[in-house]
Amino acid sequence: MDLYREEILDHFKNPRNFGVVKKTKLRAKETNASCGDVMEMSLRIKKGKVEEIRFQAEGCAISIAAGSMLTEMVKGEKVAEVKGLGEEEMMKRLGIKVSSGRRKCATLGLVVCQKAIRKVRK
Amino acid sequence: MNIQKIKEDFPILKRKIHGKRLVYLDNAATSQRPRQVLEAIREFQEKHMANVHRGLHTLSEEASEIYEEARETVAKFVGAGAEEMIFVRNATEGINLVAFAWGMKNLKKGEEILTTIMEHHSNLIPWQMVCRAVGAKLQVVEVTNEGVLDLKDFERKLSKRTRLVAVGHMSNATGTIHPVERIVRMARKVGARVLIDGAQGVQHVGIDVKRIDSDFLAFSGHKMLGPMGIGGVYIKKARQREMGPFLTGGGMIKEVSEQRSKWADGVEKFEAGTPNVSGAIGLAEAVKYHERLGMEKIREHEKGLTKYSLEELVKIKGLRLIGPRDAEIRGGVVSFVIKGIHAHDVAQILDSEGVAVRSGHHCTMPLHRRLGLVSSTRASFYIYNTKEDVDRLVEGLRKVKRVFK
Repeated sequence: MDLYREEILDHFKNPRNFGVVKKTKLRAKETNASCGDVMEMSLRIKKGKVEEIRFQAEGCAISIAAGSMLTEMVKGEKVAEVKGLGEEEMMKRLGIKVSSGRRKCATLGLVVCQKAIRKVRK
Repeated sequence: MNIQKIKEDFPILKRKIHGKRLVYLDNAATSQRPRQVLEAIREFQEKHMANVHRGLHTLSEEASEIYEEARETVAKFVGAGAEEMIFVRNATEGINLVAFAWGMKNLKKGEEILTTIMEHHSNLIPWQMVCRAVGAKLQVVEVTNEGVLDLKDFERKLSKRTRLVAVGHMSNATGTIHPVERIVRMARKVGARVLIDGAQGVQHVGIDVKRIDSDFLAFSGHKMLGPMGIGGVYIKKARQREMGPFLTGGGMIKEVSEQRSKWADGVEKFEAGTPNVSGAIGLAEAVKYHERLGMEKIREHEKGLTKYSLEELVKIKGLRLIGPRDAEIRGGVVSFVIKGIHAHDVAQILDSEGVAVRSGHHCTMPLHRRLGLVSSTRASFYIYNTKEDVDRLVEGLRKVKRVFK
């Protein structure tokens, strides 16, 4: 089935960059009230780029897989680029057709990550 | 009950979802409408459309008559008189009406409202609002590990301070049928009033408000084969006298002057503005549909499906059933979680098989938290569901297990 293609399930079962970055103030947490999903991201910036990013989550396969993929996408990227990431790019990376009801699941990681990275001092 | 014949009355059940026959198991959220209901609404709109209680012209008189007939039909279905049945949008609005027009006026500091942790948010939040506004205390009855209301805890928390007991007839999350008759008797001993949230009970269990002597009963039309946007709230005559209006404006007045107004007597006082007349007509037709089948037969049919689904679901490894295992005290609602798989993923894969279920907290966050759950998957039955539908659900769940193995 399309939505649960192999790569999605792989990221769900073996999420990349799972855990917490220690000694950083760049962390954020969000919940999806309607489904009870919780996701937390923490990251460290070095020379204007994301040096390390980790996430912890409880949620559905789509939200976990998307969170996992997002950490891979932003690792090593410039802060400005991460701030400018849009929902469409997230959807493209997921490579699945997400129904409107599940869009919040697919974008939770992006929301949390950008909330954390906005805490970078200018 | 001839289920095949019933199915033919519901055009939507012919739909294919992802190429498969629709298996609709989300009845606790909303039911489907039979063509009799759709036709009754159409007939009114095409032949009798006019505002009610206003004009003297033929159409207005016809519309008023049909509207009041609908009130009578709906009232009788729950054992009430027409003068005690108020049309509202849904159970939520009905409970809010009681909370704001009766609760705010009749409760004071030091008094208590007793509700339960098993309530739908719509029978919890309005009481939080009342308590916060008047300084009353909200007491919440616990649930047992089996998903049954803890009556010992109910007895403990019921006291002379209790002014109102607000309890559901049947849990929309676990299907548990609460012993409302006993609850009313217990409440009476301390002089408390009783509101029953009948959103799931009226159409699946059946109720007679006069026999059990409830003060208030709220329900939604759309969960009982009727249209969305119409529901009812029964308010005992004696309670009506203790109430001011809820919404104000047209239709609910006796006399209006520049600075003050006098309210209409009877149910009109609680129905400000043009009512949902076609909705009321649709709801009355839905009531007649239940009456033709018979409430006892409906309950028997759904009990059979519940029993069968409980038996079949326990065979699935890693599946945890929520709520009582005894179909005698459980309506046609089966909720469950599967180890390691989120309810949303379960529901999405079931949808790909044409099986419509609900996933989430079903507007019962406190209950889910108490049972140690974030979300669950819920299948809920009605008159048009069959054992084959349950089999399709089970097959779908086997697919869920395969995808996530």
